Amino acid sequence: MQRLRLFLPLIAFAVLALLLWRGLSLDPNHMPSALEDRPFPQFTARSLTGDPVSREDLLGGVALVNVWATWCPSCAAEHAYLNELARTGVTIFGLNYKDDSAAARRWIETRGDPYRLNIVDDSGRLGIDLGVTGAPETYLIDAAGIVRLRYQGPLDARVWREQFEPVIARLGADGTP
Amino acid sequence: MRRLLILLVLLGGPLHAAVETFDFATEEQRQRYLEFAQELRCPKCQNQNLADSNAPIAEDLRLELHRLLLDGKSDEEIVDFMVTRYGEYVLYEPRLEAKTALLWGAPVLMLGVGLLVLAGIVRRARRAGVARATALSDAERRRLEELLDEDARQG
Repeated sequence: MQRLRLFLPLIAFAVLALLLWRGLSLDPNHMPSALEDRPFPQFTARSLTGDPVSREDLLGGVALVNVWATWCPSCAAEHAYLNELARTGVTIFGLNYKDDSAAARRWIETRGDPYRLNIVDDSGRLGIDLGVTGAPETYLIDAAGIVRLRYQGPLDARVWREQFEPVIARLGADGTP
Repeated sequence: MRRLLILLVLLGGPLHAAVETFDFATEEQRQRYLEFAQELRCPKCQNQNLADSNAPIAEDLRLELHRLLLDGKSDEEIVDFMVTRYGEYVLYEPRLEAKTALLWGAPVLMLGVGLLVLAGIVRRARRAGVARATALSDAERRRLEELLDEDARQG
């Protein structure tokens, strides 16, 4: 008993060190999406080309929903990579978030259009339902419209390889788990 | 000049949260709005609540909060609305659940441990005190009696 007491400070130190060590590897900016493994919310909106869009238009295969805006510098940075992804056959839907539609159309004309269609969310209301905190954000949805992954920040080849590809591989060819 | 500065500082205090002006049907709704804006965390910014943050998303959420209150939503419905969209992260006061039990229980637990340690220390000190009090040598006892006699004579 007496000997055990001698070791108490060492044990306390070890426990604390373990906790702090674990704390070092946590990213305080990482916020898990509340939407992961839950259905993409219902919505009705207009597309950038003026057609009505709803949740049903996004279903049918694995797809990305990319939240972007012309006021967002990181969106400009990731746009070239989105073009590349679209060329390799990835379905990308755009969510034009709190933006001016005319400016958004000009942006697509000058920078290329990787999007199957663009949902106009000028009020940011759909963004709130998705749990968007800013742009760019990219959601991976499966064929049934279940959100499988949410990534905050600009997409690039490394993020695609490390975050998206493993999830897509798990989903299988028909886009269902 | 100095007085003016002091006046400005005093006036500036309560204004920090007033970004937009919202109309409410009742005073009670206004109070609940202010409470929620204090207790809900801005999902974009690490350490600010909705009231203090001027991030666009915080602005949108204040608007949404106002709408929910006017719709007559209950406190639970509003908290659920925020949590289903932004996760537990947005609650500055986490709900009591299995995974937050330790968080809520830790203060009580630590108080208990502290009390146990204190009781141990007191018990040991008391035992040591009793031991010391009974362990007077004959010489000490004589000296004590002398002192007491002296005291009695003087008193």
